[in-house]
Amino acid sequence: MKEAIQNLGKKTVGVVNYAGGAAILFVKTIFWIPVPPFFARQTVQQMVKAGVNSLPIASLTSFFIGVVMAFQSAYQMHKVGAEIYIPSLVSISMTREIAPILTALVVAGRVGASIAAELGSMKVTEQIDALEALATNPVKYLVVPRFLALFIMLPVLTVYADVIGIFGGYLVSVYKLGLTHSIYIKMSFDPLVQKDIFTGLFKTLIFACIISTISCFEGMKVEGGAEGVGAATTRAVVVSFILVIAADALCTMVFYFIT
Amino acid sequence: MIEAKKVYKSFNDRLVLNELSLSIQKGETLVIIGRSGCGKSVFLKHVIGIIKPDQGEILIDGINVSKLSSRDINRFRMRFGMVFQGSALFDSLAVGENVGFGLIEHTKLSRKAIAARVEESLELVGLKGIQDLKPSELSGGMKKRVAIARAICIKPEILLYDEPTTGLDPIMADAINDLIIEMHDKLKITSLVVTHDMTSAYKIGSRIAMMYQGQIVQAGAPDEIRNTQNPVVRQFITGSARGPITDIAFKSLKDVERG
Repeated sequence: MKEAIQNLGKKTVGVVNYAGGAAILFVKTIFWIPVPPFFARQTVQQMVKAGVNSLPIASLTSFFIGVVMAFQSAYQMHKVGAEIYIPSLVSISMTREIAPILTALVVAGRVGASIAAELGSMKVTEQIDALEALATNPVKYLVVPRFLALFIMLPVLTVYADVIGIFGGYLVSVYKLGLTHSIYIKMSFDPLVQKDIFTGLFKTLIFACIISTISCFEGMKVEGGAEGVGAATTRAVVVSFILVIAADALCTMVFYFIT
Repeated sequence: MIEAKKVYKSFNDRLVLNELSLSIQKGETLVIIGRSGCGKSVFLKHVIGIIKPDQGEILIDGINVSKLSSRDINRFRMRFGMVFQGSALFDSLAVGENVGFGLIEHTKLSRKAIAARVEESLELVGLKGIQDLKPSELSGGMKKRVAIARAICIKPEILLYDEPTTGLDPIMADAINDLIIEMHDKLKITSLVVTHDMTSAYKIGSRIAMMYQGQIVQAGAPDEIRNTQNPVVRQFITGSARGPITDIAFKSLKDVERG
């Protein structure tokens, strides 16, 4: 019993330490963003890595989800003769929920893992110490460009995923379910209001903060060589996934009550 | 002048530096010897302010390193060049960018002037014309020499070397020793070298200090160390498996086994 309480205490201290460490890194990142020098080249490089290079996987996943949503909703709508509402269902679900969360999870898996592994390798090979020895703040040089890249590119990727997902629904609805091109466009975009797009995009900014902070935090606290890098990469993805989904639930609740 | 006064440092309840006191005169090459894991590299990182002591102070020309603000410490670090054990070259940058990193990030020198300084530094270490290669394309010895070029490129007043000859073949190790002597003679800089390679220590050191159990147990000219009667230093410099260092380690192991 005593051992169980001790373990619980240790775990709690561990979680509090972790949360505190990540929060401190987040605050430091925000602090260093407006302070010169601005590492524009590094930020653009990271935007290409995080955004442009994630386009194929973000496109594929949102396209297939759009197709699946159209088919799945057709299965139910057909019973009540309401197939005409399939485009609205696809477009609203995509912009409000599916595209933001799906893109965030894809980016957490692809980019978050890569950030944790890269910074972790730099840590174990003393490259981060070398940066400090060369009078360069590692948070400013390494974390800020990655944070900004995700903060800018995740909403862009999400808009792109919205369009591709709706296009997936279009292909199914027009070529398989018999809706016309003009009906699909009208029923997709008429019920879509600014709020749907805004709430979806607002969430992506929070997701971007979570993914970049957790991945950089995990990378920069790696210890113990290759094994440590592997463990940090796994933790970065798992913690990002959990926090993104939790933040999504929280945002959805907040938006439900305030709008 | 570098002065360490009663420095203590622990990691996870393990005391690494235990009331360590040491002074290094301007222009001398002091070699710190000691077993792996005895805290030599930790001390080096204290000198440049990457690690802060739990107690005690490190003074560089009377300035307490651990009391400097983050802005001042970066300006202060431009007085140092550091060569890391594993070279710690930034693998995302080419050799030229690595060598010129400090100048690119912290000076207003023109690209042309930086390129000239990079070339000059690489020439000093005998590696002219490799600016465009990536660190992954270099051998271990070349990496070490590029790391030395990076350290001297900013024209530091103090050079810190962490195990400069570890992992190199004897011929390459001797070439690095010659290079360290050459750097000292040509640039008249203060050097602090951490090593457990006695051939290297005798060759490059104007003074040698032995670190044991987080303290300096003896410091003196190479000949004093060579002829020492101190049993701990004697065991280390002769590389004997039996003696006070291993007896204590063996006794501790037995104590652990007995519980």
